[in-house]
Parts: sequence; structure tokens; C-alpha cells
Amino acid sequence: MEFFGPTGAAFGLLLSGDADLWRIIFTSLTCSLIALLLISPPAIALGFLIAKITFPGRRALVVLIQALLSFPTVVVGLVLYMLLSRQGPLGFLKLLFTPEAIIIGYMVIAFPVLVVFTLSAVQGADPRIYETARSLGASPLRAALTTLFEVRFGVMAAVFNGFGRVVSEVGCAIMVGGNIAGLTRNIPTAIALETSKGEFAQGIALGFVLIAVAIGINVTLAWMQGRGGLE
Amino acid sequence: MSTPLFSMRRLDKRFGARVLFADTRIEFEAGSGYVLTGLNGSGKTTLLRIAAGLEPAQSGQLEFRRQSATTAKYPEAWRRDIVYVHQQPYLFHTSIEKNLEYGLARRGIPAAQRNARVRDALVWAGLSDKRDVPPHKLSGGEKQRAALARAKVLDPVLLLLDEPTANLDGEARKQVLELVTSICIENHTVVVASHDPEIMRLAILNRLRVTDRRVDHDD
Repeated sequence: MEFFGPTGAAFGLLLSGDADLWRIIFTSLTCSLIALLLISPPAIALGFLIAKITFPGRRALVVLIQALLSFPTVVVGLVLYMLLSRQGPLGFLKLLFTPEAIIIGYMVIAFPVLVVFTLSAVQGADPRIYETARSLGASPLRAALTTLFEVRFGVMAAVFNGFGRVVSEVGCAIMVGGNIAGLTRNIPTAIALETSKGEFAQGIALGFVLIAVAIGINVTLAWMQGRGGLE
Repeated sequence: MSTPLFSMRRLDKRFGARVLFADTRIEFEAGSGYVLTGLNGSGKTTLLRIAAGLEPAQSGQLEFRRQSATTAKYPEAWRRDIVYVHQQPYLFHTSIEKNLEYGLARRGIPAAQRNARVRDALVWAGLSDKRDVPPHKLSGGEKQRAALARAKVLDPVLLLLDEPTANLDGEARKQVLELVTSICIENHTVVVASHDPEIMRLAILNRLRVTDRRVDHDD
């Protein structure tokens, strides 16, 4: 297989503003961002509560959520497919093969990432943060928000890792999105399709976009940590 | 006989098999200062933390400004009037000015008043030139002074200071000592847990000794 020819063509596609290509990129980024926006608040709250509150079964819950981290995304897609298909219990919603179905799948996939990273960040936080906030008159909710703000780089790492996991995910997106051109085709599903057709240029171009997103996420996080006075 | 500003009665506190307090009673009069002395591990810090609602006890009756409560259900409203400062205070990762504003904002004080009170507190603590500085750029003594200013700016009815001069020496200790003395003579009700001989010798403070599950006057 030739390498440099398709790579050059990939750059050509990206720079020419190819409408199909940029539509795929747009679908990928919007589905990922919307999913993260929707799932981050409850997942971060749950991560905080598990870290702070002792209750029977807490350890088992943590193990379960950690296990979900390694849950195959294609199985998430399969379960969602069965739920959303016409004969499924949620079939009346008519969401299968829509961007909304992909967003739901992404929310499920990002959820354990966000919970586990937040849990870890809050457990590692100085307990004096919450106590100081409470002693200065903060309500429990306000003290929780203050704690999360103090460990904001850990929480941001949670969100960025969640984003990184869903934006590059292919199994669930194909199962519930159907890889429909102009509607649910996103970067990973398009790469899989184009490569299977022997069309490497678009696959490589989209691969570059994914790599750029990954680098962008890490550079942004490092920059924010630097601004926060961290080494 | 006057009613104490704050009291703890029938206080039971233990960590596992280790009993720290058993049926213990302690009272603080309004406008008075107290220094809690005792060996390491005698329960000075725990006592302050229970009074601040930061630590539950197995049982105990609290009374503050004639309002009763149990240690298990510490009234939220009391947190506005009772402020605790850790032995090694935590300053939020923002400017010193924002740290001082934090408690005032929680009390709904308007921004203009907040600014004026924070400015005065920074002058009081000798930190006027540090208002925009993040806490990791402060020395240990400056951090302690910032924490004292953050508590004092709230004008608390009861101020609980845990070993304010511990881990400090030289000029830093002297400056913190001066601030603690100034708080004590400003008619606040202050309780200081301390090993510091100079704090223990302050004539304006009543000495209480925490020992053997009890709190006794140490004359």
C-alpha cells in the first residue's frame, strides 16, 4: 500500500474544505460535546458524593463503576440498539440511527470515566477544603462546589478523558447511529468505512483530525494547569 | 449566674476503643478568651472541631446563644457565627483577597461592603501588599495571618483557633501572636488551643486544661 500519496491527498481534502469531510467532523464533535455537556453534571456530582459519603455497598459501587470503564463500547451499542429498536421498550422514541442515539451512547460510555476520575480527584483532595468552606459559612452544596473548584484540574481531566473516549469510539456509534452519510456518520465510523472501501485519503484526513483533537485536549489541560500555578 | 454563650454538656467522644471525652462539660462566656492546654492527643483539636460542627460526637448537648442542639444535628445557622481556623489553614487557590471575601459572600454581604471589610482586614494582618497574590506564594506566617484575617473579617461571635503559632518561629510567630492577642482583646469570644507558652501566659485568656476525659480550669 502506498503511504505518501493518500496522505498528501488527505491534506488536500482537509484544506480544500471538502463539505462531506467537514460534515463528518462536525457530527463527531457536536455529538461528543453535547453528550459531555449533558452527562458531566450528574456524573461529577455522583463522583463527589461517592468520594465524600460513606454508605453500605460503597466499595461494591466503586468496583462496579470501575468495571464499566472497561466495558466494550460495542456492547453498550448493542444494549442501546435493543432498547431503541422498533420492538424495543424505547422504540416509540424513534431514536435509532439518529445523532440523538449516538449522544445517548456517548453519555453511557463517558459516564464511568467522569465518575471515576472525579471520585479519584475528590478523594485525593485535602479534606480541609470542604471543612474550611463549611466553617466559613458555606452550605454543603457550596462547599462541594468549592471542593470541586479546588480540584478543577482533576475534574477537567475527567471531562477531557471522557471526551477523548467518546470522540474516538466506533462500536457504539455504528450500532446505534448506523453510519448514515450526512446524518450520523462521524470520524471513527467514516474511517472504518472508507478504509474498508480502499479509500485511504479521507480516512487519513480524519485520523489527523482525531490526533489533533487528542493533542489539543492535552495541550489545553497542560496550559490550564500552568495558569493555575501547577508545575 | 450568667448564661454561657456556648456550652457543651454530657459530651461523649471516642475513636474506637479510645475514649477522649466522657460526660464532659465545657462552657464559654461571652466576651471572654480561653486557651485550651493539654498533652498532644488529649482532645483539644477534637473539642474545637465538635464546637465548630466539623466533627460529630457519640453524644452531647450543645447550646449557643440559648439555642439548644445535639452534636449529631449541628444547626446550619451557627456556622455563620462560629468560625474555626485549622492549625495549618487551607487557603483556596485564588487570590488572598478572594479568600477573605469567601465567607462574606456566603453571608450575602454586598460587594462594596465586602471590599471595605477585606481591605481593613488585610491592613490588620499586614497583608495589604499581598491582596492579589496566590497562597502558594506566601510564607507559612503569611498564610496563618491570611487565615486569621479571613476569620476575623467575618466578625464571628465565637472564634476557634487551633494552634495558631504552631510550626512558626521567629518573626512569623511573633506577628501571628500579636494578631491573636489583638483578636482576644477586641471583645470577641475566642478559644485557642495552644502549646505556646506565650499564649498560655496571656492574662486575658482563661486557661482550661484538657486531660483525662475532662476539661478543668487550670489556675
